[in-house]
Amino acid sequence: MKQVFKRPQSLKDVPFHFCPGCHHGVIHRLVAECLDAYELREKTICAASVGCSVFMYDYFDIDVCESPHGRAAAVATGIKRTRPENFVFTYQGDGDLAALGIAEGIHAANRGENITIIFVNNTIYGMTGGQMAPTTMQGQTTTTSPYGRDFAREGYPIRMAELMSMVEGTTYCSRVAVNTPKNLMQAKKALKKAFEVQINNLGFSFVEFLSSCPTNWKMSSEKANQRIQDELIPYFPLGVFKDKTKADTN
Amino acid sequence: MSKPQIELVNGNEAIARGAMAAGCKFYFGYPITPQNEIPEYMAKHLPSVGGTFIQAESEIASINMLLGAGSTGARAMTSSSSPGISLKQEGISYMAGSEIPGVIVNMSRSGPGLGGISPSQGDYFQATRGGGHGDYRTIVLAPFSVQENYDLTMKAFDLADKYRNPVMVLGDALLGQMKEPIILRSPSPEKFEKPWALTGAKGRKSQFIKSLYLKEGLLTEHNWKLFQKYQQMKAEVAYQTYLVEDAQMVVVSFGSVARIIKSSINMAREQGMKVGLFRPITLYPYPEEPLKHLSAKIRHFFVVELNTGQMVEDVKLAVEKGSEVDFYGRPPGSIPTPNDLFEEIKKVYR
Repeated sequence: MKQVFKRPQSLKDVPFHFCPGCHHGVIHRLVAECLDAYELREKTICAASVGCSVFMYDYFDIDVCESPHGRAAAVATGIKRTRPENFVFTYQGDGDLAALGIAEGIHAANRGENITIIFVNNTIYGMTGGQMAPTTMQGQTTTTSPYGRDFAREGYPIRMAELMSMVEGTTYCSRVAVNTPKNLMQAKKALKKAFEVQINNLGFSFVEFLSSCPTNWKMSSEKANQRIQDELIPYFPLGVFKDKTKADTN
Repeated sequence: MSKPQIELVNGNEAIARGAMAAGCKFYFGYPITPQNEIPEYMAKHLPSVGGTFIQAESEIASINMLLGAGSTGARAMTSSSSPGISLKQEGISYMAGSEIPGVIVNMSRSGPGLGGISPSQGDYFQATRGGGHGDYRTIVLAPFSVQENYDLTMKAFDLADKYRNPVMVLGDALLGQMKEPIILRSPSPEKFEKPWALTGAKGRKSQFIKSLYLKEGLLTEHNWKLFQKYQQMKAEVAYQTYLVEDAQMVVVSFGSVARIIKSSINMAREQGMKVGLFRPITLYPYPEEPLKHLSAKIRHFFVVELNTGQMVEDVKLAVEKGSEVDFYGRPPGSIPTPNDLFEEIKKVYR
């Protein structure tokens, strides 16, 4: 019988610790598939972040450097500048990148660092137990916005992909989701494109994943997927926001 | 033997040149007075050796770039001055916890807060007690001349690699700005094996560098391991003595104050006062054993610092019971002259 589905080489044979319905596992797998697709496993160094994805080194069979909360883009810069021959990416949540690490992220993009940032936006702080994030939606109840996020009090959800696309140094920037098979297939395409940009030394690439957190959203996995479709995508539209490799979308 | 190569350079430039002589090819920094000649020199000269200079968006980004560069085994450096060093403390803690080597230079100015740009030794506690969160130490080297700026920076890279630990060079505005002739050393970076470095998992198992230990017992074990390393660092203790053999009173000072007070001690000697100098060169590990040994013979110590009393605590912890420790502290704002400090010596000498 022909084997049509197997664990990517870039993933270790260990079960994820993620909650049921969480998209981290799916996104991890996508990243691993793309690393495999370009035979990057042996030349990759990942700058991990702080949050639910802190245990990258437990799941990925690649070299990983832990970064202080928010600083992965700076750590990745240090790695890439010393070893330009390696493939370097960060994997950061919305608390990590959009709050504490927004300066490091934007400046890495602006320098045109030849790295890839994988940004996972689930509109909440997962690991610390469901606090408000810079990406939390209007009216969304979290442990630190118990009355629902109110723009007048807590400001607006930050659209990172749009923000990063405005930075001159960014070569490729898109937002994707993995809540439906169709979106997942498109997400893989976007991620591959981002990886190609780095492999071809074309500069900074950024992919934002809309992700679910059923545990802290306090809903079923199915409803969480639906929420991404109904609530998140209208505010955080999917698509390619910048692709310098294609002159017509500049 | 060929004639030594001597050049007249400013103290900050000596730091930069020492780093390059040690094989440092990567520098990450953010401008702050009074250390700007360090990034400026690096920006100009690193490209010619195939190195990289980055002016980062902040001191926080700089230290994390150093962390990333260090994780690949590269020799790299950042420098700043007091307020900027405060911003780097988180990263230094992570580097210590993750055992990533790197050199951090603090050409300190005065605080607290924005303080001023005059020399100060107010960062002694921050430098020698770890500075960031957690139970860790960094090796701290305190030069007192432009030559030592150069030599100790070179040494800092070896110590960082040897112990897989961040190493700090603690100077100040005075040591950064003054000019002196220095003897240039031939570049001979010591070769250290770095099997732990992240280079991509080619031909070996994948590996990682981290400071997070959640499983029961692992963090305890990790902290004891680090502690053992800090104990081993005691082999690196360095200090200098001056006229202590017949001294009745020994001045204990480090850095620029030690340099100034040497002249004051000469003035005291001319008046028949038997005063010597004990100058710690490593502030961590502190030369407590040599100081203790000295205190068995000489009972009177006079600690002089450009702050209101920090290193004096280490002196009191080090000396034998029954020793007398006097202190003169000078908060930042003005640099004491040899005459000023001679007057202070006269007040306590007995």
